[in-house]
Amino acid sequence: MFAAATVAILAAMLITLCRALLGPTIYDRILAVNVFGTITVLFISLFGFLTDRPEFLDIALVYALINFIATVAVLKFFEYGDMGRSAYDRDDFDL
Amino acid sequence: MNLLTDILGWTCLLAGGFVIITGAIGLLRLPDFYTRLHAAGVIDTLGCMLIILGLLFQAGLSFTGIKLCLIIVFILFTTPTAAHALAKAALHGNLKPLVTGGGEQLSRN
Repeated sequence: MFAAATVAILAAMLITLCRALLGPTIYDRILAVNVFGTITVLFISLFGFLTDRPEFLDIALVYALINFIATVAVLKFFEYGDMGRSAYDRDDFDL
Repeated sequence: MNLLTDILGWTCLLAGGFVIITGAIGLLRLPDFYTRLHAAGVIDTLGCMLIILGLLFQAGLSFTGIKLCLIIVFILFTTPTAAHALAKAALHGNLKPLVTGGGEQLSRN
């Protein structure tokens, strides 16, 4: 039963990757990569159960957090053009 | 009892696989970024929850089950935030929604 769900998830990953390659705007690509990351978390969890090694779940946990941070970071870069300045560069900053 | 959890887990996993494939096809076929966001939401909430619930039936009450609960909590907190940030960034970046009919109402704002 794990194999069936894994095959379904792999097919969904392929379709999502098509959207990431086709996507007309940058937001489509970011959305597809975000969904791809979410599906990857599920795939890692399922693969751990498939091979009877549940310690794969730790990797899935870390991947879920990294995926969120990556999406927000890329979005911030494309919305504002930079990743934000440090406080030292600002004019009104004094110690 | 063992057979019952097996059947429940199998049902959840198969339903989750179906929902995820449906969402992926929607992500490919829908015409507009904002409608694709909707298809991605299906994968991020219902698909994830069904798959993790199916695994939870297999894991039972153990340390593995706690980790699975943590994964679903993280996903349910982060993916709506990411989707909201994406929609806000797209609006901020002047990406217009695809409107058929009644478009004058939107453009007047």
